[in-house]
Amino acid sequence: MESWLLSGSQYRLLLEASGTTLQILAYAFLLGIVLSLVVGIARLSERAWVRGLALVFVEFARGISSIILLFIVAIAIPILFGAEQAPLILLSAIALGINMGGYGAEIIRGGIQAVPKGQTEASISLNLGPAQRLRHVVLPQALTIILPPMGNLTIEILKGTALVSLVGMTDIMQMARNIRQQQLADAVGTQPVLFLNVLVLYFILAQVINLLFKVAEAWLAKRYEGGPALTGTELEAIR
Amino acid sequence: MSTVTHEEKTPDMEEIHPHRRWYRRPSVVVPVVLVVIGYSILVSPLVREQNFFRPEVAADGGVTFDWNFFVHLFPLMLQGLVVTVKATLIGFLLAIVLGFFLALGRRSKRRLLSWPVTAVIEFIRSTPLLVQLFFWQALVRASEGITLEPITILALGLGIHYATYCSEAYRAGINSVDKGQWEAATALNLGPVTSWTRVAIPQAVPNVLPALGNYLIAGFKDAPMGVAVNAHGLLFFADQVRNDTFRATEPYLIAGVGFLLVSLPAAWLVRRLEKRISYERV
Repeated sequence: MESWLLSGSQYRLLLEASGTTLQILAYAFLLGIVLSLVVGIARLSERAWVRGLALVFVEFARGISSIILLFIVAIAIPILFGAEQAPLILLSAIALGINMGGYGAEIIRGGIQAVPKGQTEASISLNLGPAQRLRHVVLPQALTIILPPMGNLTIEILKGTALVSLVGMTDIMQMARNIRQQQLADAVGTQPVLFLNVLVLYFILAQVINLLFKVAEAWLAKRYEGGPALTGTELEAIR
Repeated sequence: MSTVTHEEKTPDMEEIHPHRRWYRRPSVVVPVVLVVIGYSILVSPLVREQNFFRPEVAADGGVTFDWNFFVHLFPLMLQGLVVTVKATLIGFLLAIVLGFFLALGRRSKRRLLSWPVTAVIEFIRSTPLLVQLFFWQALVRASEGITLEPITILALGLGIHYATYCSEAYRAGINSVDKGQWEAATALNLGPVTSWTRVAIPQAVPNVLPALGNYLIAGFKDAPMGVAVNAHGLLFFADQVRNDTFRATEPYLIAGVGFLLVSLPAAWLVRRLEKRISYERV
């Protein structure tokens, strides 16, 4: 192990591949956030069948491993339904998004339940509808509780994106294996050093996500600290 | 007016439980013993690693879902599942032991010790297990004189990855022990070993157990990644059946079924444990 670094062109390849990784992460994150909002709120619904359905989804998404789900969604389902041409990136993002939705729903449910009940009662007495209640009163307060675990969950999904190399996408992980083939052909470099560099790349990405969520938390704390909770336009919207 | 008899005055004896430690209560000990027995059966050399998975029943030529084929894959799937479970359990044993020492290292007052340990924990926690598995495999291959089987590499990788998670759980558990308990231990002139083993750990363990259970399930969910280092587990079975028969739907779906068969009951058990312990603490 004479050198701890890779060559410049290899780093460029890895950075290009991290574009794919981040793309999958972005799609999965969007789908995951939407799913977790919908399912998390559905788990607190007054109707029993909605609650039951949401519980089934959460138990399924959390009970099955993301890797098996990925194989089922990206390989088994397209063959079963004959949709061979579906873009792999979308299928992988769907699998990861379902996985994230299961965990995220529980986070959002916990956040909503942590908001004191008096807030809901006060907003009922102010004649706010269920949607307004959620949008203007409960969710903003729940957000401070939701954000930190959501950041951790996003890092978990970033780690999950490494799995898409197993279904044939060229993300960071697959690019590392390609580079390894190149290294073998050229007889330069060692495998541990290569994968150590890949690990560091993932670590940096995770820290960036961490930082973004920290910034969001700080912004949120400033936004809801003292003063009127709603801006003029928001007050207008409620009226 | 009825006279109040002596029996009616005495409180219902059923409701009074003599205080017993959690490890002396049958409701806790019986599952623990069962788990230990199951554990030893799984880890024992009786369970052999299957080298190839070949279904005896061929599917019909059509593209539609073949139930007969699906059902006949079940015994093969179980063989793969056992290997996956075995790797998980061995890895988790490593994780709970290593995690404790990592937690101690992170709590240490010597910065020379606590800072590197913290850095390592954060690094391992925020990088994918899959890449780590490749790294360990590469490291084992590069170092001369060491040869490990794929399942050992999988267990090792899982163990080190989840040790960092467990260390966070332990740290939270140890921090949740009231400060007054430590002061009382000092006041009673207990040494560091006694105050750890007799005061801190018995109070920290019930707080930590549910979190550890959740990590065990999470580790089980990550164990199929062993296919990347050629461990002959659940996903290896599905891949091989696909390569043999050119049918992808049935093997992957039955792998998912086998997965839920283990993880849902395990999650239910952990939730029960959580409830019981929180009830006990009051």
